[in-house]
Amino acid sequence: MTETDVNQRISDEVTGNDVVLFMKGTPVFPQCGFSATVVQVLSLMGVKFKGVDVLADSDIREGIKAYSNWPTIPQLYVKGEFLGGCDIVREMYESGELGEVLAQKGIPTTSASQA
Amino acid sequence: MPMDPGEIERLIKDALPDAEVTIEDLAGDGDHYAAHVVSPAFAGKTRVAQHQMVYGALEGRMGGELHALALRTSAPADT
Repeated sequence: MTETDVNQRISDEVTGNDVVLFMKGTPVFPQCGFSATVVQVLSLMGVKFKGVDVLADSDIREGIKAYSNWPTIPQLYVKGEFLGGCDIVREMYESGELGEVLAQKGIPTTSASQA
Repeated sequence: MPMDPGEIERLIKDALPDAEVTIEDLAGDGDHYAAHVVSPAFAGKTRVAQHQMVYGALEGRMGGELHALALRTSAPADT
């Protein structure tokens, strides 16, 4: 598969779904602690999201790093915009900023960002 | 592959000479680090852009030989 095809597939995922998490493993069985952390944050906030398992697709696994100029997985996208990896998502959750950003973007949550 | 914390600090300071870098060995195994980087160069930049600058400084090691570097960045004013 060419790089352009991979970019197109990634672009389709992040624009076709409101909240997309590129992760190692699946939301039910994360294969990496950093991915698990982001799944946990989203779950605590009641955010519906699509998980894309990069371990199941090596093209996506390498392609997503080039797409966002970001060297690590997980990567969280909201309405097509790259929000960050595990550290940033956790920091934004703890400061309450994640809830604000999701609200601004019209993503429903069931709980406030900070417990 | 373990990486020396001094090496991580050196790479970051090479790219961001005025940065204050604090590195903590989380697991004591030379493989899981947390870094706090404070630099005036981060002012006005998004967190994503700030982290990208640090990752850039690490010249491709992040995600490769450096698996776990929990990163926190800020400009001096907002710490």
